[in-house]
Amino acid sequence: MTELVQHLINGLSLGSVYALIALGYTLVYGVLQLINFAHSEVFMLGSFAGFYAARWLPAFREEPRFLVVLAFAMAACAFVGLAIERIAYRPLRDKPRLNALITAIGVSMLIQGLGQLPFFMGPSPQFFPSLLADGQLLDLGGVSLRKLQMVTFVSAVVLMVGLHRLIFHTRLGTAMRAVSFDARTAALMGIHPDRVIAFTFVLGSALAAAAGILVGMSYPRIEPTMGVMLGLKAFVAAVLGGIGNVKGAMAGGILIGLVEALVVGYGTSSYRDAVAFGILILVLVIKPSGLFGRVVAEKV
Amino acid sequence: MQVVRPRSILVALAASVSLFATSCEKKSAAAGAPAGDAGSKGDAHAGEIVFGEVSSLTGQEATFGTSTHNGILLAVKEINDAGGIDGKKIRVITYDDQGKPTEAAAATTRLIVQDKVHLVIGEVASSRSLAMAPIAQSNKVPMISPSSTNPRVTEGKDYVFRICFVDPFQGTVMAKFARETLKVDKVAVLRDVRNDYSVGLANYFVESFGKLGGTIVLDQSYSAGDIDFKAQLTTIRATSPQAIYVPGYYTDVGLIARQARELGIDVPLLGGDGWDSGKLVEIAGDALEGSFFSNHYSLDDPDQRVKGFLQKYEAQFGQASDAMSALAYDAAMIAAQAVRTAGSTDGTKLRDALARTKDFQGVTGAITIDSDRNAVKPAVVLAIKGRKPVYAATVNP
Repeated sequence: MTELVQHLINGLSLGSVYALIALGYTLVYGVLQLINFAHSEVFMLGSFAGFYAARWLPAFREEPRFLVVLAFAMAACAFVGLAIERIAYRPLRDKPRLNALITAIGVSMLIQGLGQLPFFMGPSPQFFPSLLADGQLLDLGGVSLRKLQMVTFVSAVVLMVGLHRLIFHTRLGTAMRAVSFDARTAALMGIHPDRVIAFTFVLGSALAAAAGILVGMSYPRIEPTMGVMLGLKAFVAAVLGGIGNVKGAMAGGILIGLVEALVVGYGTSSYRDAVAFGILILVLVIKPSGLFGRVVAEKV
Repeated sequence: MQVVRPRSILVALAASVSLFATSCEKKSAAAGAPAGDAGSKGDAHAGEIVFGEVSSLTGQEATFGTSTHNGILLAVKEINDAGGIDGKKIRVITYDDQGKPTEAAAATTRLIVQDKVHLVIGEVASSRSLAMAPIAQSNKVPMISPSSTNPRVTEGKDYVFRICFVDPFQGTVMAKFARETLKVDKVAVLRDVRNDYSVGLANYFVESFGKLGGTIVLDQSYSAGDIDFKAQLTTIRATSPQAIYVPGYYTDVGLIARQARELGIDVPLLGGDGWDSGKLVEIAGDALEGSFFSNHYSLDDPDQRVKGFLQKYEAQFGQASDAMSALAYDAAMIAAQAVRTAGSTDGTKLRDALARTKDFQGVTGAITIDSDRNAVKPAVVLAIKGRKPVYAATVNP
């Protein structure tokens, strides 16, 4: 029993990271119908932004270190997301969707490749500094809950709730939903689609950066290729929940995290990735629109 | 060792050394040895003994190559300074293989066919030694690998030797150490299923530990590159082992150690030479205190021979030696001894002399070549204390 509870706690904290990254995929898809493969690299850059900020900027050596570094990384990645959208995606806005998709893969590879050059991050793994004192938060008969796990989970939930409010309770969110529904009609109503799209990238990238910092703190080995596997899992989470759907991304992420923890805990680790991607295939076969997805196409 | 283990501290240095090596002619006489006599060109090599060396002086594993090169230079210098072998000096011809198996093969052919060396020393990486070995074998020129641990390197090739132990041996060593020194009965295993090295070590550990009367309570696995090991560790925790054997590479082991401590597992972790990197404790922090791993050699081995070697090495090259240079030093010394006992530079006679090597007192321990041309020698076990590996024990085969 203790073992099961421990597996569930581990799965929840890993799943909340997947959920944060999945939100970025889902946001961009919801607005642009584009799978932004460069998103996993933005996540990696978020981790490194935090790493360099904590290391080089003396202002970031004092408390509340965690929040300052987090804010810095989110801002840096928001800028990166903005730049990627402006340079790589906007010129292709009116071209067939496949062009943008291939460009996204290209941008992802480019950032990964550049990151591995010694001039940037270098190929060898780096050690992410501890931004918060970790410790035992709770020990219930052998079930251990760490402060960092709690911080990861709480941060993820706070960010997700914030995002949800922003999308459904603000003018900007309404604009985003309008552009997602029909960009041309939204433009006729006085909404500036380019701005809304840029803002979507800013939002998604900032969330990815937050995930990058949370991953860096819990698993302090960061490297330029760290985004690949986590990004793919998050993508699976987004599809599982119904890509384009914010609640679905959250649920999908947490579900994938839990499933992985249980598969490794009670099965073998060799099947960890196989099960995650197996779920993707099953979802695509049985309910292509995902758990929370609508069957009706958003665009006609 | 089969996989890149970057040691970034040495990279800058290695790069400069390799630049030097490539810029001033590919073919270079050993720094410490007098350059060959003018008349020694051609195939006779009258009055001198010629060793060929193939090393990765540039490329990703440049530190391995330069350390090996330095070790050989140091050994040859010592022998020549003491008058050489029967009045003949040793000359070393070195080629860089850039860390590529194809280059290593080409360099070996050139050394044997064109330069007509009497013996070849190389390589560190098993993949490159495997490319070189058939060439040495078919030309009947003895080859000594200082540090390739893959069993296949010497298999079925009676001219190919190695002076390090093979991968499986490390698993046995750790089983012996855990059972006899740590006196533990219950051990869990966490192996990297994507890595032959890790699987090999784990298999031999499981086998030997069982034979010695211990119990393997759980055999778990992970895949290199994973970042979350909590699920495996939670399952391991439930079996309450007295130690966990994790024969992976340092990048994963660092995270595993951390997460084990986070889950409240406080038993020592045990591992192999894949742990040997400064990055290990950087990632693991204090999580590995009191853990042990097996290695070829220890910097603070109390043995006088090791201390003497370290001093000489540092005086010559201005940097601390590592396992690679110690192994290369021993390789060159064993080669020289073989020439001495054979009383000839004939390939077949040299081979027979090498095969007879018994209890050679090297820096990396007493080396005996067995019938499979692998070295039978002790391994050292290092403990991690104060975030540094320190000598804990020597385990004999």
